[in-house]
Amino acid sequence: MKKPALERPVLLDVQDITRLYGPAKGCEAIDFQLHAGEVLGIVGESGSGKSTLLRVLAGLEAPDAGRVVYRRHAGEDVLDRDEAELDLYAIGEARRRALLRLEWGLVHQNPRDGLRMGVSAGANIGERLMAQGQRHYGQLRATGQEWMRQVELDPGRIDDAPRTFSGGMQQRLQIARTLVTRPRLVFMDEPTGGLDVSVQARLLDMLRTLVRQLGLSVVLVTHDLAVARLLAHRLMVMRRGQVVETGLTDQILDDPQHEYTQLLVSSVLTP
Amino acid sequence: MHSMTNARPRLTVSGLHKQFLLHGQGGLEIDVMRDLSLTLHAGECLVLAGRSGIGKSTLLKMLHGDYCIDQGRIRLHFDDGTLDLETLPAYAWHGLRRDVIGYVSQFLRVVPRVAAVDVVMEPLLARGADEAESRQRAETLLARLNLPERMWQLPPGTFSGGEQQRVNIARGFIGEHPLLLLDEPTASLDATNRDVVIALIGEAKARGAAMLGIFHDEDVRDRVADRLLPLDDSLGARTAFTPNVQETLS
Amino acid sequence: MDGYNFAYLDEQTKRMIRRALLKAVAIPGYQVPFGGREMPMPYGWGTGGVQLTASILGADDILKVIDQGADDTTNAVSIRHFFQRVAGVETTTATTAADVIQTRHRIPETPLRSGQILVFQVPIPEPLRFIEPSEQETRLMHALEEYGVMHVKLYEDIARYGHIATTYAYPVKVDGRYVMDPSPIPKFDNPKLDGNPALMLFGAGREKRLYAIPPYTRVESLDFEDHPFEIQSWEHTCALCGSDHSYLDEVITDDKGGRMFVCSDTDYCQTRRGEVA
Ligand SMILES: Nc1ncnc2c1ncn2[C@@H]1O[C@H](COP(=O)(O)OP(=O)(O)OP(=O)(O)O)[C@@H](O)[C@H]1O
Ligand SMILES: Nc1ncnc2c1ncn2[C@@H]1O[C@H](COP(=O)(O)OP(=O)(O)OP(=O)(O)O)[C@@H](O)[C@H]1O
Ligand SMILES: [Mg+2]
Ligand SMILES: [Mg+2]
Ligand SMILES: [Zn+2]
Repeated sequence: MKKPALERPVLLDVQDITRLYGPAKGCEAIDFQLHAGEVLGIVGESGSGKSTLLRVLAGLEAPDAGRVVYRRHAGEDVLDRDEAELDLYAIGEARRRALLRLEWGLVHQNPRDGLRMGVSAGANIGERLMAQGQRHYGQLRATGQEWMRQVELDPGRIDDAPRTFSGGMQQRLQIARTLVTRPRLVFMDEPTGGLDVSVQARLLDMLRTLVRQLGLSVVLVTHDLAVARLLAHRLMVMRRGQVVETGLTDQILDDPQHEYTQLLVSSVLTP
Repeated sequence: MHSMTNARPRLTVSGLHKQFLLHGQGGLEIDVMRDLSLTLHAGECLVLAGRSGIGKSTLLKMLHGDYCIDQGRIRLHFDDGTLDLETLPAYAWHGLRRDVIGYVSQFLRVVPRVAAVDVVMEPLLARGADEAESRQRAETLLARLNLPERMWQLPPGTFSGGEQQRVNIARGFIGEHPLLLLDEPTASLDATNRDVVIALIGEAKARGAAMLGIFHDEDVRDRVADRLLPLDDSLGARTAFTPNVQETLS
Repeated sequence: MDGYNFAYLDEQTKRMIRRALLKAVAIPGYQVPFGGREMPMPYGWGTGGVQLTASILGADDILKVIDQGADDTTNAVSIRHFFQRVAGVETTTATTAADVIQTRHRIPETPLRSGQILVFQVPIPEPLRFIEPSEQETRLMHALEEYGVMHVKLYEDIARYGHIATTYAYPVKVDGRYVMDPSPIPKFDNPKLDGNPALMLFGAGREKRLYAIPPYTRVESLDFEDHPFEIQSWEHTCALCGSDHSYLDEVITDDKGGRMFVCSDTDYCQTRRGEVA
């Protein structure tokens, strides 16, 4: 048999990112590469800098130092050469926001931050499509209903406003709204946080399926190691703004090397 | 049984060491493995033997990427070259597991809410296989392992140990990986289902899969093993306590 | 005229507004901030439009002022008197005779010609305001052409009412670039914005913003392929002139529920009646 093709193009190249609000508050000297099709989990205790790092990666907050480079060519054939590599904070804000709006996706921990609570579920799902220029109401609506089914929401509620939905339903709606344009790269901050266990399980299963079907690359922040085990291929462990250990998810959870990771893993029952 | 004449090595392990350093327990060092070497060929099943705690599961987990490789070399051999696992970057492992290294753990790791049949077919879907065809194959395997059809659509969380293990076995064998790691797959099975697993192992050999297994049941071992690798204390299980000062975590 | 500069505003302010207008004309649909002055009338009475009119008015210009199409409402009359007093200009009610027309919430039915200037009074200049309260953010959204939310609003209309229910201040895209609030004109008037030979200026007094549509500029009303933009239509004709193609107002004629429909553009209606007669 032939050697398997294991090389994956680098999608996101994170170089020495620092964003500090105070000593050990924020994130410091973070270096890693995200490969196409990979789900990278960022775990660590509360206040360790996970969300800060995610904001910097997602283009929402400029770092004090370092670069975030997005390689658009990764896994694709034809693209404008000049645009093949984007240095996230060297390109203008216009380009950066367009990237986040059109090619990337961001799932907030609190669905209220990611949804328009006053407009209908259908409009929420359709917004990114409309931003991309889709101008057919009937198609937008059909796509909206299809995605509601996909995330296990009743398509009959397409005209209801998200504030009439439960927390778990809102979170699923936010995910549908984000994934409807099939972004290549998705950032998620505690996507299952604050949900009860059975809702969380549905959501996890759904995310696993979507990752596989859409070939998503994901950076996932969570402090829940069970969630990390189920979703992430690879983990990065943060403490006081720094990365203390990275590796294959199973290795980090089953054979942690760093003192802090061992403590983190042992303080949780069977992740 | 097995002809060694034209068999090629699929896996070579040399000079493998493994030590666990437990920071939380005053820097307890557990030396599990020293200088272990082995060769595994296509189409054979090598069975690990040795007392409990000697490091059999540890070896499989190192081969599966679950445990770090401290020292030594693990190489996979292909027609067009070799692959060193001790230097393989973390991102490459999930591709390797998807296409090359299969693993049947002792216990099923349940994914909440996912139906048994979906658990089984997932390794095929991960390769982009057709959904209907994958489901068909998963159902065939579950039927062979005598899991009642009414259970196929249920999440295995509430299944008995033996039922869960059969789901696990089906999931492990469905991908027909060229290298299979088997950690006591028959431990909680009855005689009928043990026979099915033995048949599955036979079929895997026939298609050229290399297998490294742990079987406590001597009857099963005799029926599947082409060779035996006895692990003894010279290869590990030495525990040393290093009384260094523990850095406190805050 | 004593005590006032020509057209009330001092020359420096007028120069400043004209400079802003030049910029607005150069970037059709783009909102230009200007350092507005307090005018001797309350906001809501068209102070934005009045400042623009004051800045562009020449002594020889003939001015027309309309309020929802009518020349004879209190608002229209008082603004007309204001300019008669502070600029001494000639005024008219005839659309064809006017050089400058200041308007609140209508575009005259009579086609405008090249050389005419239409000045709109604008209460809320920002079309994105309904979704985004922050001025800084809306500026950025314009700069980045982040206009997806405009269609979210129209989508909501259709989802709720089965059709686009927005009937006035219907958003447009100017010259394929800026989304613009055409002021609360009925959507009936939107097609008149497109390729109009006249220069159209928009002034918002409270928010101190002005913007422009230069002559012959492409102006599209936002819509969906399967719910195209449509103007209002009436089953009635004008009770006075019989017009079946102008914007009609419903007028209550007595306290027994009697009503009729008449042209909202009084000059247009009278002209037609004169012609018929
Ligand atoms: N905008 C800010 N201004 C000042 N300090 C901040 C700001 N954002 C975060 N911090 C501080 O930086 C540190 C890291 O915060 P961050 O939100 O990244 O943590 P986290 O790992 O996401 O924690 P959690 O798991 O609780 O969400 C904290 O001490 C926090 O108080
Ligand atoms: N993650 C771990 N952390 C610390 N020590 C470990 C870990 N995994 C295994 N060990 C230790 O390594 C030694 C070998 O364990 P292993 O599970 O490999 O034994 P085994 O040969 O499979 O035994 P059994 O037949 O009972 O399953 C034991 O002393 C065990 O405690
Ligand atoms: Mg956080
Ligand atoms: Mg074992
Ligand atoms: Zn009339």
